[in-house]
Order: sequence, then structure tokens, then C-alpha cells
Amino acid sequence: MGRLNAILLLLVVACALGVITSQHQARKAFVALEAEQAAAAKLGEEWTQLQLEQSTWATNKRVEAIASRSLGMRLPDATTTVVVGAQGAAR
Amino acid sequence: MRKRQFEKRTPELRLKLEGWRSRLVLILVIAGFALLAGRAFYLQALDTSFLQAKGEARYARVVEMPASRGPVKDRNGQLLAVSTAVESIWATPEDLDEVDAGQLRALAKALGMDVAEIRQKIARKDRQFVFLKRQISPEQAAKVMGLRLPGVFQQREYRRYYPAGEVMAHVVGFTGIEDNGQEGIELAAQERLAGVAGSRKVIKDRKGRIVEDVESLRAPRDGEAVTLAIDQRLQFLAHRELKAAVEANKAKAGSLVILDAKTGEVLALVNQPDYNPNNRANLSGKQTRNRSVTDLYEPGSTLKPFTIAAALDSGVVKPDTTIQTAPGTFTIGNSTISDSHPMGLLTVAQVIQKSSNIGAAKIQLSMPAERMGTLYRELGFGAAPRTGFPGEAKGLLRPWAQWRPIEQATMSYGHGIAVSLLQVARAYTIFTNEGQLLPLSLTRRDSLPIGKRLIKRETAVEVTRMMEMATMPGGTAPRAQVPGYRVAGKTGTAYKPENGGYNESKFVSSFVGFGPASNPRFIVAVMLDEPAAGKHLGGDVGAPVFSSVMGNALRMMSVAPDAPGMPNSGTLNAQAKTPGGEG
Repeated sequence: MGRLNAILLLLVVACALGVITSQHQARKAFVALEAEQAAAAKLGEEWTQLQLEQSTWATNKRVEAIASRSLGMRLPDATTTVVVGAQGAAR
Repeated sequence: MRKRQFEKRTPELRLKLEGWRSRLVLILVIAGFALLAGRAFYLQALDTSFLQAKGEARYARVVEMPASRGPVKDRNGQLLAVSTAVESIWATPEDLDEVDAGQLRALAKALGMDVAEIRQKIARKDRQFVFLKRQISPEQAAKVMGLRLPGVFQQREYRRYYPAGEVMAHVVGFTGIEDNGQEGIELAAQERLAGVAGSRKVIKDRKGRIVEDVESLRAPRDGEAVTLAIDQRLQFLAHRELKAAVEANKAKAGSLVILDAKTGEVLALVNQPDYNPNNRANLSGKQTRNRSVTDLYEPGSTLKPFTIAAALDSGVVKPDTTIQTAPGTFTIGNSTISDSHPMGLLTVAQVIQKSSNIGAAKIQLSMPAERMGTLYRELGFGAAPRTGFPGEAKGLLRPWAQWRPIEQATMSYGHGIAVSLLQVARAYTIFTNEGQLLPLSLTRRDSLPIGKRLIKRETAVEVTRMMEMATMPGGTAPRAQVPGYRVAGKTGTAYKPENGGYNESKFVSSFVGFGPASNPRFIVAVMLDEPAAGKHLGGDVGAPVFSSVMGNALRMMSVAPDAPGMPNSGTLNAQAKTPGGEG
């Protein structure tokens, strides 16, 4: 009887320690998850900022200004446009 | 024996104590413990939530989960408005007292402010919260926080950016500092765009890290993305051309609308003057007004095609019916209307081609008022177009039952009726869509809308032919021509109403047209308010803008040219050089 009790006591203590460890592990894992989520949110923010930057650089206004001023380009008008149609498809 | 001895030694105890007293004490002590045990049992086993809640309150924290406002995109997914995270720096003035002058200078430098400015902001010691600077970049905020000054904090906020700037200003609008829409789509789609911040309960450890999620109180919901019907390239084109035209003609203001002729989508909508939504200092109502939607004007001759269409449709006239417009004036009651110059005998087609007021008035008067009154109403004049834009103008259209003959006559050439440019552009969908009026849409349509038939298909074709003549030599707007394409349209030159009459030196010059005429793709409506550089006729002011916008738009969208004998049709497509087109 006494021996059984001792074994059971040991088991209980072991279980208790197990619970504590797994709780600790879970929290550590959760902290890691939170960190990753924060990183993801940060990357998401960076992504919107980059998108914003891209669309600011790529506005038609800026592109056209550079094309016409620095590169001396201009839009082709009708007289310099050649229309190529598929056989019979263009009307 | 012993007892006696005891009693002998301590005679005081010889007093006989009543037995119940000790028992009472015992019972009271037991009852006390029982009470404690019961209470303990109650708290531990029965009413567990109370203590758990108390415990939680000591380590659980409610954390805000921010949600961002949805982006606005054009029909091809280009960003027109987007929110990005920025930081606001705030301070508690009291704590900043400990900071010495050197640190304050460093803070001022990092914030890009004057020391005096900061001193002024933190002058009031009784305040607990003062914004030092709002909405700075996260990098700059990191620099500021790197100074590690006491009483300086940062707060995450979102700021709205508009990459397309003034080109899109009137369509997209802008938001206020609290992220609420103030104008344009930002206001119209506020419900959809706005995100709802959430919150959750977490357990934080000593280092402030979140170690456990207790519960999610409210999930955050990011705002939806709104995809507009606007095409950024067409919008840019329209903006550039309109701006140039307003400057060249020294006009007070101007508007331009491009509609998809088959779907009723608003592809471009620009107004002058405009503003930069990213920098709204010194903004005036003149700049923010979305004129093409909110402002009314008397459209002038651009309404003539509707009179002709109604007359053809009800069989009152045929395209070759002749109308006498000589001697250039026409008296109704005690009012006289006139043409710019006498034109003599005209066919119905020539009334459109040459834009004869008398011709249009005579045709209008040959129909009952009810016919035109009903058509105008069905075309959407006098009712908001319901695109969702804030502040849409309804327009002024008096009920036909109250029309006097002179009013009926002047309405045929667009006087005595007030509309917005968007309404006129929309009304023209009956010519581009085989007689069916299309509902407008600001957001991208995925399926074709159901039009409402107002005139016969043949009538639409017939009036289109007449409007095409107007853009040819001999018409009022040869400058509307687009090389390589057949286009159709109508000029409008209207006196501005002033003090109950008309000011005959102030004009609204407009042109509304569509192309390619054989199978319309775009409707372009342009209007310039008070051109003051010498020219004022719709054919001289509006038509060239139409021509360049239409031409560039058609080429940009690779619409096949439909004009016979178009220039440079190349050698590769000898087969495709068949003249003319369908319709």
C-alpha cells in the first residue's frame, strides 16, 4: 500500500512537471508565432509602401515627362502609325 | 487527590467554571473555520469565474488590432489611393521638463521642427497629451525614439496617399485626418473602404511579450478594395488635354468625361481647376468642385440630336425633309430666336450638320410638348444620375405641362434647361447603343448592363450619320475629326445665364461626340466655361480637345481604324484595307 502511494506520488509530480514544461514550451512557441506575425505585418506594411513608391514613380505624368524631356520621345500621330491587321479582321 | 493539591496551590481556580462556556468557545471556533472553509470551497469550486477574472485582470491585457482602409484601384488594378502606416509623435509636457537644451535641439532636429515650436507646444504643463508631430515616416519615428527622451511616445496611424495626385483628384477625393472620406469615392464608398479595428485579450509576460491568447474580442476587418471603372491612362490623357485647353483658351473652368459607349462605365472624369490631394493646404472650393457632376450648365446645341431623334422616331420628319430657316430669325409669340447666320432651306440632316437653332426649334414645335418632355426625363435630365458620387446635380427641367411655346423651342437647342456634363454624356449612349440608354457606373462592370430603349435602332443610326456630317467639312466642327477614324458629335455654344437673362459675351463651349462612328467605343464630352482667348465656338474650342482625346484614346486602346482611305494603312494588311465599316 505504502509503495503504491509512493509510486503514485512520483507519477503525480512527474505529470505536474510535464504540465509546466509543456506550458512553457507552448508559451515560447506562441512568442515565436507572435514575432513572426509581427514580422509579417511589418513586411505587409513595407509591401504597401513599395507599391505606393512604385505607383508614384510610374505615374503617366512622370513617365511622359521623362520620355519627352530627357529622351526626346513623342507619341506617334496618325500619319506615322502603320496599322497592321490580321487577314480581314481589321476594319 | 491531585485535584485537591492543585486547588490548594492556586486557590483562584477554585472558582467553578460553567462547562457550557468552554463548549461555546469551541463551537464558535469551529463555526468560524467552517465558514472559512465554506467560503474557500465556494470560491474554488462553485464560483470559479470571479477569482479567475480577478487573476486575469492582473496579467491579461486587451490589445487593439488595427485595420487598414481599403485601397482604391483603377480598372486595371493601378493604385489610386492607398493607406500606409505612419507614426505620430506625442509627448507629456511635464516629463519633458527634465530634458536639457541639447536634447531638445536633437529632438527638434529629428522631427524637423524649430526648438521654439516644440517649446510652444509643451508650454502647457497641465496637459497630459500633446502631439509633437503627426504622420511622419516610420524611419523618422525610429530616429526620434532612438533619442530615448522621457515623455516622448509614438503612436501608429495610417495615412492616405494618392499616387496619381491631381489627375485623379476629383474622382477619388480624399480623407480627413481621422481617415474618414471627405470627397469623391472616398466619401461615396466610405462604408466599404473603412476598416473596423478589432481587439483581443492576451497575457503578457514581464518583458511585455504576448505569451498567450486569452480570447479574441473582435476580429479586425480590413476595408474592402474598391475597383473603379476609371482607366488611369485615359484619365491622364483627358487631364493633360483638358488642362492644355483650359490654359490655351483662358477658360475659367473646364470638364471632360469619357464614357464606355457600350457599358456606361465612366472611364475618365476630369475637371479644371484641380488640386493635389496629397497636399491640401490652401484648398478652395473652386478647386475641389467636381464640376462635371455637381455643376449645372445650359448645354446649348449638344441637345439638338435628341430633338431630331424624337422627330425621326415619331415620323414627324424624315432625314431629307426640308425646313425653311430663312431669314435667320424666327418669332414665337413676342420672342425672337436667331441663327448665327441665315442658312436658308435646310434638310433635317443639315440642321444638325450646320447647327441651326431655327431648324431645331421648328422641328421641336412640330411635336407635342409631351413627347419632348417625356424624352428629356427618360434621358435622365432633371434626375440625379445615381453614380454614387457625392453631390450629384439633378439638373433643372420644368414639367412639360408648364412649357410655353418659346420655352419648348429654346430647349431644342439647349437653353432653358440645365444639366450636368455627365448627364449629357450619358444621354448620348442612346446613339452609341442602338437606341438604348445605359445606366452609368463608377465601378468596374463585369457584365453588360441592361439598357432602356428610348428610340428605334434605325433612328440612332440616322442621327449618328447626321452627327458624323457635323464633323466633316461643311459641318460646325471639322476640327473634331480624328485621322483614321470616323467620329460623330455635336458642338454646343451657349450663352451664360446671368441675372435672369443671358450675357452675350460669356459662353460655355462644349462638344459631345463618340467614335468610331461605325461601332462606337467611347463617348467624349468636353465643356469649357468662359473661354476668353478670342475663340468661343464649340467647334473651335471643344472640338479640338475632343479630337485629340478621342484620337489618342482609340489608338491607346488599339481600336481598329474605320475610316476609308485612312493614312498609312500599311502594306501588310492589304486585305484589311476594305473601306468603310459596319453600321
